[in-house]
Amino acid sequence: MRPRPADSDALRQQRRVLELRAKLHAAIRCFFVERGFLEVTTPLILPANAPETHIDAIAAGTGWLRTSPELAMKRLLAAGHEAIFQLGPCFRAGEQGRWHHPEFMMLEWYRAPAGYLDILADTKALLAFVTTELRGGTDFSWQGKSLSCAQDMWEKYTVSQAFIQFAGWDPAVRFDADRFDLDLVTRVEPGLPMDRPVVLLDYPTPQASLARRKPDDPARAERWELYLGGAELANAYSELNDPVEQRTRFAEANAARQRRGESAYPLDEAFLAALAEMPPAGGIALGVDRLLMILADADSLDEVLPFRHG
Amino acid sequence: MAYTAADLRKGLKIEIDGIPYEVTEFQFVKPGKGQAMYKCRIKNMIAGNTMEKTFRSVDKIDQPNIESKTLAFSYQEGDKYIFMDNKTYEQVELHKDVLAGQHHFLLEDLECEVLFFNGRAMSVTLPAFVIKEIKETEPGARGDTATNVLKPAKIDTGYEIGVPLFINQGDFIRIDTRTGKYVERVKQS
Repeated sequence: MRPRPADSDALRQQRRVLELRAKLHAAIRCFFVERGFLEVTTPLILPANAPETHIDAIAAGTGWLRTSPELAMKRLLAAGHEAIFQLGPCFRAGEQGRWHHPEFMMLEWYRAPAGYLDILADTKALLAFVTTELRGGTDFSWQGKSLSCAQDMWEKYTVSQAFIQFAGWDPAVRFDADRFDLDLVTRVEPGLPMDRPVVLLDYPTPQASLARRKPDDPARAERWELYLGGAELANAYSELNDPVEQRTRFAEANAARQRRGESAYPLDEAFLAALAEMPPAGGIALGVDRLLMILADADSLDEVLPFRHG
Repeated sequence: MAYTAADLRKGLKIEIDGIPYEVTEFQFVKPGKGQAMYKCRIKNMIAGNTMEKTFRSVDKIDQPNIESKTLAFSYQEGDKYIFMDNKTYEQVELHKDVLAGQHHFLLEDLECEVLFFNGRAMSVTLPAFVIKEIKETEPGARGDTATNVLKPAKIDTGYEIGVPLFINQGDFIRIDTRTGKYVERVKQS
């Protein structure tokens, strides 16, 4: 056996990150099990993902690696399981950078009957819990800046407020997809507070994806995104459970893909058939690697992914 | 020819509104449901200032017409510095401003890297080190080998440089052209 550099800094650093991840996964499981959620495992290889304009799947066998476990978990909701969570890998082609990796650890949870604000309450409690478990409290520093995940520190902006304040226009009034993405990245995100969790909520309906529209305001959908330290950490919905509207949105996403020169994806008919049975539910997807990166005081995913493929 | 955002990387030279830029930093960004974008810091290759620029993956990015030539310094005439292309024997006249203060370190036949943008000289890179003779300095303090105490000295071009106390008029020294600082004394045969 080759002698190991037992005391090398690199090995110690890797050990620290592995331990932090193990601790984070354990804390997440502890949090949900205590609240009566059932941990579920759904397939990694799927005959169909939810078509999204800008999310590309990686082909595997006769299907694709999952970009999210969302559709399978909603089928479980439709079957009558009312509080479920899953911690497992997801795969998205071509996403590579400081905050991106084609294979990443996702946490998703769903519950019914519930809406996106119930999920927000869960998320506040979850972050308070895991920061306390891993960093000894809700207030800690990340890359030399202080960050507080105390529940009373959370700040909310509607998407319209944030865009009017930082970019000078309201995307819910007249939507422009290109301008929305560019201004979000160059104006809105840099304007958000960095020292606390920030929630952007009520997205323009063209950005609803799988969220239901607000009953009293059909131009906006019940979707929110969480930012922590300036990074996008989670995306939550009041879940759309109208199979006709969902089919239309999938068709729109596929049409947008084809306009981009990308192929359309097949639809998950088993999901669409089950959707009519799904109770009003809330759900969320949270990027665990990004959360770990912040909790480990790392500057890039490189530092928390020991097997990162370049 | 045009680049796409996928070509972006550190060091890539691009053109925006007729100005050549070099990418000095770039970061892949992608909002959850949005398109992939590249947040870059770019440096104006003529003026030297940097700015932020975000490219979407659909954006076409112009490729600047930049040519690099190795030219040897020949002679000076006022603010004009005449270089020679040793392959074509073509003479190229550069204004002092293009040399950005490095004119002090030129030597006859010194080979420099000159960047041209649309045929106009834009910047000159000298070799990292040049050897120059000390033309003027207080007499050396013999035996004082300390290199952290400096005294003023002048080279042929009138450039004033800090040198250790043991350096004498007529000595040759190595100068780092990137910092303009003294490196070491050299024995010149």
